[in-house]
Amino acid sequence: MASVQDYVARTEGTCGKEQDVIVTFKFDKKDEAVKKILAKATIKKSVAGIVFELAFKNFSFRLYGSGKAIFRDLRDKEELNHLLSELLQ
Amino acid sequence: MIDPHKIREDFPILKRKVNGNPLIYFDNAATSQKPIQVIEAIIDFYENHNANVHRAVHTLSQEATELYEAAHEETAQFINAEGMEEIIFVRGTTEAINLVAYAWGLRNLRREDEIAVSLMEHHSNIVPWEMIAGITKATVKYAEVNDDGTLNYESFENLISKKTKIVSLSHVSNVTGVVNDVKRVVKLAHENGAIAIIDGAQSVPHMPVDVKELEADFLAFSGHKMLGPTGIGALYGKKDVLKGMAPFHGGGEMIKEVQFSPKTRRCEISWNVLPWKFEAGTPNIGGAVGLTEAVRYLKRIGIGNVRAHEEKLTKYAISRMEECEKIRIFGTRDTSVKSGIVPFGVDGLSSHDVALYLDNYGIMVRSGFHCAQPLHELFKLSSTARASFYIYNTREEIDRFIDILKEISRF
Repeated sequence: MASVQDYVARTEGTCGKEQDVIVTFKFDKKDEAVKKILAKATIKKSVAGIVFELAFKNFSFRLYGSGKAIFRDLRDKEELNHLLSELLQ
Repeated sequence: MIDPHKIREDFPILKRKVNGNPLIYFDNAATSQKPIQVIEAIIDFYENHNANVHRAVHTLSQEATELYEAAHEETAQFINAEGMEEIIFVRGTTEAINLVAYAWGLRNLRREDEIAVSLMEHHSNIVPWEMIAGITKATVKYAEVNDDGTLNYESFENLISKKTKIVSLSHVSNVTGVVNDVKRVVKLAHENGAIAIIDGAQSVPHMPVDVKELEADFLAFSGHKMLGPTGIGALYGKKDVLKGMAPFHGGGEMIKEVQFSPKTRRCEISWNVLPWKFEAGTPNIGGAVGLTEAVRYLKRIGIGNVRAHEEKLTKYAISRMEECEKIRIFGTRDTSVKSGIVPFGVDGLSSHDVALYLDNYGIMVRSGFHCAQPLHELFKLSSTARASFYIYNTREEIDRFIDILKEISRF
């Protein structure tokens, strides 16, 4: 079974009051990651197939076609990892 | 006048694509791109002249020393300093300000003394002062900023008194692009017996800066924001002020003699001459060579032309951004008092969403606090997106940027 590390190149907290987390998927895995996430989460909104506002369980986040995602209101890194592992399963 | 299309030919990176789109680089306030002349100068140095500088008689060392000293001279001329004695090479603006804070501040500040800065400063012009104040028990005082992002001069005037020993102010805000009347503040500092430091990180690369005209005691700037490599910057200091200061770092290169006294069992140390007294250890010679070429490149274009080009672009960008209802531009829109920096937001979206969306189209802008959290908090902004222009940016790039902003505004 694939792990989060197989897909994720880096996670970084954003600079600003928001304290969001940006996840960058590995270049050679980004299309697969985007596909998997879109299959799992519910699309609430999208623009030009570039950005998707998604809902999954109690979380909402935005996914970009370029292979990046921005997560909000996460408790900690553990919660992010748990969420990503479910989305990328 | 600048022909950005011709200039672009000198910048290899501008030929690349990002996410399948031509790169549009609007993050110049963070760092600039490098022309081929700078890249080749660095390669040439390492391929043909690399050696350590000073105190060697061999050919390579002499060549490296000549290149390194020429970098000081070239940089001095660029800001109209007296000569290379007034130019200390450092890693960048941050290190330059820290140098003054530790070498001057630590030795001269006492309890009851005050350091005056403004609320628009980059963290690099706040944190070193707070650190030094923590040690010396001096106080850091913050001048207010007006609603349009301009400096509140009245607040600054009220802040400065005979207790003020240091006044440190950015020439250009790295968030709003506001150009401060630093000459006025320097005068105010001197009238009260304080030294004046200018953070020139966002001004020296973009507009004519003449240290004799400004009369500041120190001017700090970074090479990487002005076409040069990272890891090299300069601190200009008035010769008389520098002469009266003790060094910041200790080590090789910055000393004249280190004599061991068998009697006291201690070493007696005498300092090297300026500027080497402040450049301990092996310096960033390759970086200095790159900086020389960067300065020469800007001189060829004419720094006044750089300013004119950016002013035009900024005016155009603002007018196009005003077409979009959902776009908010922060700070003044008066390009006669601002540089090529435009902070903005899109209603309903975080600055990071905006930056990520633009990135998808190969457009690089920065998002966040831009190392200026107090200013963002003052304006109650959680973060901002920032587009910043330079010599190679074009109107066509701005048009593309606006098209994408309009697209994301639909989100």
